[in-house]
Amino acid sequence: MEKGRSYTLKVWRQKNAASRGEFKTYQVNDVSSGSSFLEMLDILNEELTKKGEDPIHFDHDCREGICGTCSLFINGRPHGPEEEITVCQLHMRTFQDGQTITIEPWRARAFPVIKDLVVDRSAFDRIIQAGGFISVNTGAAPDANAIPIARENAEVAMDAAACIGCGACVAACKNASAMLFVAAKISQLAMLPQGKVERKRRAQKMVEQMDKEGFGSCTNTYACSAECPKGIEFTHIARLNREYLTSKFTS
Amino acid sequence: MSWFTETFTSSIGRKLLMSLTGIFLIMFLVIHLLGNLAVFKEDGGEAFNAYSAFMSTNVLIKSVSYVLYLSILAHSVIAAWLWISNKKARPAGYAVSNANENSTWASRSMMLLGSLVLIFIVIHLKDFWWQFKMGGTTDFEIDTLGNKNLYALVAAQFKSSATLVIYLIGLIALAIHLWHGFQSAFQTLGIEHERYTPAIRFLGKLYAVFIPAGFAAMPVYIFFFK
Repeated sequence: MEKGRSYTLKVWRQKNAASRGEFKTYQVNDVSSGSSFLEMLDILNEELTKKGEDPIHFDHDCREGICGTCSLFINGRPHGPEEEITVCQLHMRTFQDGQTITIEPWRARAFPVIKDLVVDRSAFDRIIQAGGFISVNTGAAPDANAIPIARENAEVAMDAAACIGCGACVAACKNASAMLFVAAKISQLAMLPQGKVERKRRAQKMVEQMDKEGFGSCTNTYACSAECPKGIEFTHIARLNREYLTSKFTS
Repeated sequence: MSWFTETFTSSIGRKLLMSLTGIFLIMFLVIHLLGNLAVFKEDGGEAFNAYSAFMSTNVLIKSVSYVLYLSILAHSVIAAWLWISNKKARPAGYAVSNANENSTWASRSMMLLGSLVLIFIVIHLKDFWWQFKMGGTTDFEIDTLGNKNLYALVAAQFKSSATLVIYLIGLIALAIHLWHGFQSAFQTLGIEHERYTPAIRFLGKLYAVFIPAGFAAMPVYIFFFK
């Protein structure tokens, strides 16, 4: 059997939102190269629990890359060094045996740390509540294909809808801007006929809420797209600018 | 808040103003470079002096120059405002940041580069604009065509190695600023399409290299060859 690997972890520990945090160094041994990053943390947490120490708190849920819950800033990049994956899809074989790994929470005024590596991302929920919806009369399900949609538009909308709201874009951006997230949500509805009714109001309300939450503005560094686990393209940000500005000048 | 203040104080609204003033400044640089090419004419500065006289007396150009002053001012002030709110958006930074993996240094350093360019503009204005248009400290001779001999001042200034170094630093900062800024201005305006965005990006890179290089050629030419 393969010999387990060892890693030195520098982990951000913070008791609660009000307390000052600090880095603590941990040694984790006998980790399989096939284990995921989160499983590696599980191993460490079991040891900490046995020793009677407070385990490291981190967000996780589906562990298959579709929920957007895991949120770790690993060695200077959101979701670690690999492209287009979440932390749960990151495997320890990416790191060399004996490597030091620094783990930090997302850093943004709008994402305050709750404990250790867990941040409060409800700012995203409030942006969605401000306008990321469509109003429809419920009732019997409408016929499929009753509303014709051009294939190109459907594709763009589906690409945008791949956003899982993890916040890696905010974490990666030097301005902690949420533009890629908002752009994805605006695009996915602006491209479809169902989204037309609230289109102008939506762009204005969501941007207004985004600013109110304290996210920064967009410098077009495109770090967000480079780090997005779902590969959402920054061209959606151009569409958001277009949607917002035309709505402002025509309504 | 009124519609106006609401629109232009929003994050995207402020970026719109950055973009529009930036594009105006980009257009200005082309005109500024083309006109100043007169400096290369081997006529003792007559063509350059005539051009300078025209630029400072023509009514249309005079009125556009106020738009220019306003654009430089607005571009700087709004940039500072955005920079402050962007800093506030991340009060605690990262211990380890590997930003080179996801973005270019130029795109992350627009404030630094812009500040260098602004300092350069102040020096540049003091060197020539202040002397030529605002009285300044230089007594201009009158050339054979009856124009103030600005060329003599330019030639004298660019003979100084300190001036040469300052101008080259300023222009390199400008080049890197434009390397990101040109396409960024169009992205902010929402002017983006797979059909023409590659052309905008290519043009932006060409512009960022050749326009500053054209300006740099002037002090270099005078310093080494005159």
